[in-house]
Amino acid sequence: MALIEFENVSKHYGDTIVLENLSLTIEDNEFLAVVGPSGAGKTTLLRMLLSQEAPSSGRILIDGAPIAPEPMPDRGVVFQRYSVLPHRTVIGNVMTGPEWQAAPFTGRLFGKARQLLKARAQDMLDRVGLGGHAALYPAQLSGGQQQRLAIAQALMMNPKVLLLDEPFGALDPGTRRAMHKLVLELWSEHQMTVVMITHDLSEAFHLGTRVIAVDKRRHDPHAPHRYGSIITSDFDAKPRLARQLARAAG
Amino acid sequence: MRRVINRHPSRRMKILMGALPFILAIAIYAFAADARGADGPDKLMPGLNAFTSAMSRLMFDIDRATGTRLFWADTWASLARLGVGLGISALIGLVIGVLVGFIPFLRALFEPFFAAFSLIPPLAVLPILFILFGLGELSKTVLIVFGIAPFIIRDVMLRVAEIPREQIVKAQTLGASSWQMILGLVLPQVFPRLISSVRLSLGAAWLFVIAAEAITAEAGLGYRIFLVRRYLAMDVILPYVLWITLLAFAMDYALRRTHDAIPWTRFKEGG
Ligand SMILES: Nc1ncnc2c1ncn2[C@@H]1O[C@H](COP(=O)(O)OP(=O)(O)O)[C@@H](O)[C@H]1O
Ligand SMILES: [Mg+2]
Repeated sequence: MALIEFENVSKHYGDTIVLENLSLTIEDNEFLAVVGPSGAGKTTLLRMLLSQEAPSSGRILIDGAPIAPEPMPDRGVVFQRYSVLPHRTVIGNVMTGPEWQAAPFTGRLFGKARQLLKARAQDMLDRVGLGGHAALYPAQLSGGQQQRLAIAQALMMNPKVLLLDEPFGALDPGTRRAMHKLVLELWSEHQMTVVMITHDLSEAFHLGTRVIAVDKRRHDPHAPHRYGSIITSDFDAKPRLARQLARAAG
Repeated sequence: MRRVINRHPSRRMKILMGALPFILAIAIYAFAADARGADGPDKLMPGLNAFTSAMSRLMFDIDRATGTRLFWADTWASLARLGVGLGISALIGLVIGVLVGFIPFLRALFEPFFAAFSLIPPLAVLPILFILFGLGELSKTVLIVFGIAPFIIRDVMLRVAEIPREQIVKAQTLGASSWQMILGLVLPQVFPRLISSVRLSLGAAWLFVIAAEAITAEAGLGYRIFLVRRYLAMDVILPYVLWITLLAFAMDYALRRTHDAIPWTRFKEGG
């Protein structure tokens, strides 16, 4: 269960208004795609949902409760870059989250617990198609493989919400298609709510069950920072009923 | 005709060309020393055999006053000072650099202070160190640490600041506490830079060791050089300088190899 609510959320930096009075309810298990021109405040929106930034006013709730004021394991994330730990191997990266949870002081597991976790991590790597790369370091992987790893790493925590900030923006079209397929599969397997930012409209409509566009409500050429972005369009890309039927059948 | 910046020597040519200045320098010295030594042995430019006899005396004969072989005693004394000073500096640099670089409240408290502190010229406070810590080993070690730790602290802090925000946020979404991030994210990523930082400090560390030894010591490579200077003993000074250079080179090489052997620095960031 993860119902996300934005209640009159605004964000400004100094007198630059980025987002204005945004209200939005994201249903459980929604795949929300956010599109908009560069600088519209898409990343700012995601950062607030992640608690990397606090709203200037308004609040954000998940399942009725305000989100924690700092990033927490209930909200997993994959950025366009730098989402994995460069100093740990592929399997080490996937084991990191659970190890941190289980071992507060050393951050490492040993013996039987480690073997169990390792098996689970290997399953996850197999699932995202990195099974054969467990011993490599992230820098030895391609861009697409690094993003697969970042997703696998996030999913090990079973987050309620998965946040993606242009995760495939740097990938070539072929790799991107394979990633789309994987993400859709993982989304239905893990039953999470996904919020994905993209600047690719076809990607948004291909993946999203709902697509929103954010943009400035008015462009004042003399004072561009005086107006923040609002939600300018909101589409149900895949009707809810059809989705539920498809899920029941699949 | 290709531009000069686009013309590259072959591998063998490169080695030969690299060796050439060394050979030339030795040849010029030998030639000049020979010319000067024509009318009796010369103090300022001793011949090559003067070096061997002076050095074999220092390396193999036991000195009556100290009961040691001077060359090795000097080497050991200087290396111990250098090692202890560098080791303490690295440890201080790592601990303080990581804590102050990573924890905003500590950064607000200490960053301006360290910035000012690192501008104090260490040699100018050497007299203060001698007054406070006496003329023994302690003041020498403090001088090295004083001269080098601020640089290492700042370098480590810069490296901490270079860790992408995304990684720190990601770690938190994986449930990491501040301590776990320091241990499992910051330290491993800062460590290679610490080694480079120590490597870049080697020259300064030698400078401080030799400066301290020049003023007061019972043994040490710098102490010996400044002692025999009174007798214009170039036959000792020049080999000692070469030996220090060789030691510095070996340390630099060892640190570079250590740095490059860390698995996550071996692979360059790719796509
Ligand atoms: N930390 C910050 N300080 C000041 N301005 C910021 C900051 N972060 C983002 N902005 C501004 O907010 C606007 C929206 O940025 P962003 O959310 O990154 O846009 P998008 O992701 O849609 O391209 C930009 O004009 C940017 O300059
Ligand atoms: Mg963005």
